[in-house]
Amino acid sequence: MKKLPPVDVVLVGFGWTGAIMAQELTDAGLQVLAIERGAWRDTPTHFPPTTAPDELRWYWRKEMFQSNARDTLTFRNNRDQVARPMRRWGSFLPGEGVGGGGVHWNGQTWRFLPSDFAAQSHNTARYGALPEGMTVQDYGVTYDELEPHYDRFDKLCGIGGKAGNLRGEIVEGGNPFEGPRSAEYPNPPMHMTFSQNQFIHAARQLGLKPFPGPSANLTRPYVNPLGAQLAPCSYCGFCEKYGCGNYSKASAQTTILPVLMRKPNFTLKVQNEVLSITRDNTGRRATGVTHIDLDGNRYEQPAELVILCAYPLSNARLMMLSGIGEVYNPATGEGLVGKNYCYQVMAAAQVFYDDKFTNGFVGAGALGAAVDEYNGDNFDHTGLGFIGGGYIANWTTNARPIETHRTPEGTPTWGSQWKAAVADNFLTSTTVGAHGASMAYATNALDLDPTYKDAYGQPLLRMTYDFTPNDRAMARFLSARATDIARLMGGREVKVVLRDGPYDSMPYQTTHNTGGTIMGTTPANSVVNRYLQSWDVPNLFVMGAGVFPQNAGYNPTATVAALTFWAAAAIRSQYLRNPGPLVQA
Amino acid sequence: MATGDWSRRHVLAFTIPATLAAAATPGLARTIRGHVPWTPGRVDSPYPFDGARFLTPQERRCVSAMVERLIPSDARGPGAREAGVIDFIDNQLAGFYGRGERWYMQGPFGPSTPEQGYQFEEPPAGFYRRGIAALDSACRERHGGRVFADLDAATQDSVLAAMEKGEFELPDGVPAKAFFGLVHENAIEGFFCDPLYGGNRDMVGWRLVGFPGARYDYRPYLDHNGQRVTLEPVGLKGGPAWTPR
Repeated sequence: MKKLPPVDVVLVGFGWTGAIMAQELTDAGLQVLAIERGAWRDTPTHFPPTTAPDELRWYWRKEMFQSNARDTLTFRNNRDQVARPMRRWGSFLPGEGVGGGGVHWNGQTWRFLPSDFAAQSHNTARYGALPEGMTVQDYGVTYDELEPHYDRFDKLCGIGGKAGNLRGEIVEGGNPFEGPRSAEYPNPPMHMTFSQNQFIHAARQLGLKPFPGPSANLTRPYVNPLGAQLAPCSYCGFCEKYGCGNYSKASAQTTILPVLMRKPNFTLKVQNEVLSITRDNTGRRATGVTHIDLDGNRYEQPAELVILCAYPLSNARLMMLSGIGEVYNPATGEGLVGKNYCYQVMAAAQVFYDDKFTNGFVGAGALGAAVDEYNGDNFDHTGLGFIGGGYIANWTTNARPIETHRTPEGTPTWGSQWKAAVADNFLTSTTVGAHGASMAYATNALDLDPTYKDAYGQPLLRMTYDFTPNDRAMARFLSARATDIARLMGGREVKVVLRDGPYDSMPYQTTHNTGGTIMGTTPANSVVNRYLQSWDVPNLFVMGAGVFPQNAGYNPTATVAALTFWAAAAIRSQYLRNPGPLVQA
Repeated sequence: MATGDWSRRHVLAFTIPATLAAAATPGLARTIRGHVPWTPGRVDSPYPFDGARFLTPQERRCVSAMVERLIPSDARGPGAREAGVIDFIDNQLAGFYGRGERWYMQGPFGPSTPEQGYQFEEPPAGFYRRGIAALDSACRERHGGRVFADLDAATQDSVLAAMEKGEFELPDGVPAKAFFGLVHENAIEGFFCDPLYGGNRDMVGWRLVGFPGARYDYRPYLDHNGQRVTLEPVGLKGGPAWTPR
C-alpha cells in the first residue's frame, strides 16, 4: 500500500454534502481532498439537453446510479429471512459519481417542522409513552439552531417558493405550519399548471391551506452567493432520475463546483473507493483513510480530519467495515451503528379526467402544490394509533411513458384493454400523493451481510426492513385525506393507491434512506453528537440523512444540507481552534 | 484531548502534496485540481441500437409472439410488432443489459421472497433463454406439440394470463411469473423508449399516448388550463425518419 502525503481534511464521497463541506473548509484555509468512487460528471459533457431526456438509459438501465455490480446491499423484511442481494436497484436509487444523488433529485426542498427535531420528547409530552418497540428519539439540534443554515441552502440553490411563516408572522399563501423563516425564498414559486390549480381549489373547499411546493428547479435566472449562475427551468419533465441539461436544477455541479473546483487548496480524486477509516493505536483518533483506484492500487491517505460524505447506506457501512462503534444488534438492543434505519411511507390517490388534459409532460421535479395540515404534529393524533404524518401534494413531475401509466381501477396490465386505458389516460390523469414520515423501530436496522461481498471482497451492507404498525396506520390515514382532496378535483373517477403487504424492495418509492449513523444527545443513544461528530473518534464527522434518528414527512435534502452547514460552522468556529470533542460525553 | 496538538496554524502550514498537484488530464482524470475538467466535443453518449442479436430465430419467434399479445396491434393503432419491440429486446439482450453487467450477479443463489426481486443465476439474456425453452416445452406438452408462437391468439392470452398469476408451471424450475414479469417490463420499454434503441419505431408508442418525446422547453404551454397540448414527437436523433431499420 502506497502512503500518500497528508492532507488536512479528507472527504469520503463527493455529492451535496461533500461539495458543501469542501467549500466551507477550503474557505477556512484548509487543504481539502475529496475521494469519490464514481466518475467526474458535469452538465455539458454528461447530461446536456441532447442526451438528458433519455428514459431508458438513465432510469431503466440505471446509468445515473451506483453500479450494483461493484457494490450493492442485501435485503430482507425480517430477521427470520435470509437476506439476498439487491441485484439491481428498485425501491431507491443511490447515486454514484460527482454530485452523487443530488444530480438526479427532483428538487423538492422542504424544511422539517420544529417538532420533528424533538419527536420523542414532543410526542411523549403530548400523547404519553411511545409504543413498544418504537425507538424514536430527539435529534439533539433544534429547528431554530438550523434555521440560518436552511436559509443558506435556500440561497445557495435559489429555491423558489412562498414563505408561510416569516420571523413568526403567518403569511398568506405559504405553509402556515412551517417553522419561522428568517427570510422569504430567494425566488418566486413555480408556475402552477392545471392539476395544481385543481388541487388548490379542492384543498380550499376542505378548509385546508394549500401552497406552492418549494422548488430547487429555478423559476428565474439566478446568481447565487458564490457567483454561480443558474437558468430558469424549462419544465421539460426530466428531473428526478435524470441530470438537468439546462443548469436549472440546483446540484453540486450548478451551485458550488464552478467555484470550488478552481480553488488551489481543493483536490478531487475520482474513481477511487475508500475502503476503511484508519485509526491510531488508541482507537480514538482517525489517521486517515485507505482507498483503491480502478487499477487495484491501494493507497493510505493520512488526514487530520475525516468526514464521511457518502450516501447514508455507504457511510454506515464504512463505519462498520472500519470497526468504529458497535454494530446494532436487534436481539439484544446493544450497539448503535446501523440502528434506526428508516425510509419514507407513501400513499396516493389518482384522478382521472374525461375532457381535461393534465399534459403531464409539461412538468418539473418540484412543480407542485401541497397542504401540510396532516404532517408531523400539525394535527391531534389522539386515538389515531400513530404519530407523525406527511404532506399531501399534487406534483406534475413528468409523463415519461415507460414509467407513467395511470390506469383506472380494474384495468388489466397488458393486452388491448391495457393499451387503450394507457392511451386514454396518459394525458388526462394526475396523482395526489402523501409523503409520509417513517418512525424508527427496533426491528429495522442495517448491519454487515455474513455472506455476500463487494468487488473488493468486503461484506455488503445488509438491510432488514419492513413497514411498521405506525407506518400502516399513518398510510391509511393519509391515503384517506389524499382521497378526500382528489375527489374534489373534478375528475371522472379516483383510484386509491395504498401499498399493502410487506415492504417490497423493487417498485420505486423514494431514495430517502435514513438512519444507521444517528445523531443524538449522548454516546448512549447515538453515533454522532449534535455537530455530527463521532462520539468515539472526535476527528471523524458523518454527514447525510444517516444521522436522522427517524425520518420526517418531508423530502430530506434541505435538512441534510442544513446539518452539513451547521457541522461545518462548528468545525470552523470551534473545532479548529480547539480540536477535540465538541460535546462532552 | 483526543486529537493531540493539531492546530489551525499547523494546518495552514501544510504544503501542497506533490502527487496531488500533478497536472490533471482532462475528461476522465482521476485527480483533479485547480480547474473544472472539460474536453471539447466530448459527450457521454448512449449505446444506440446496433443490430446485434442474441436470440436464435426460434427464440425470437417465441418472444415476438409474447410481446405482440402483451401490446397488440389493434383498432387503437400499432402495437409491439410495428414498434419493433422484438428488435429492441434482442439487441438489449445482446448488450450489457443482457449480460447483467451493471447487476450484482455473485452467488450464492437460493430461495428468496418476491420482495427481494431478481434472484436468478443467469443475467437477463440467459434467463430469457431458459424461460423460452421452458415455455415452448410446456406448450408442446399441453397443446399437441405446438410451441407458444404456433398457438392461436386466445390460447396465447390464456397462457400469458396464467403465467402472470403464477399458475402456469414451467419445467426446469423456471418461475413463470418472473419470466412473464421480465418480458412484460422489456416490452413496455421497447414500446416507449427513444427510437434510438430500436423500439418505438416511427414513435408509434409516443404517438399512441401523446408524448412529445425528447423536447426540452414546455414553458409556452404552462397555461394550458386543461386543454390538450399537441406536439409532433421528436427523439434524441430527431424526427421519425431517423428511426433505425
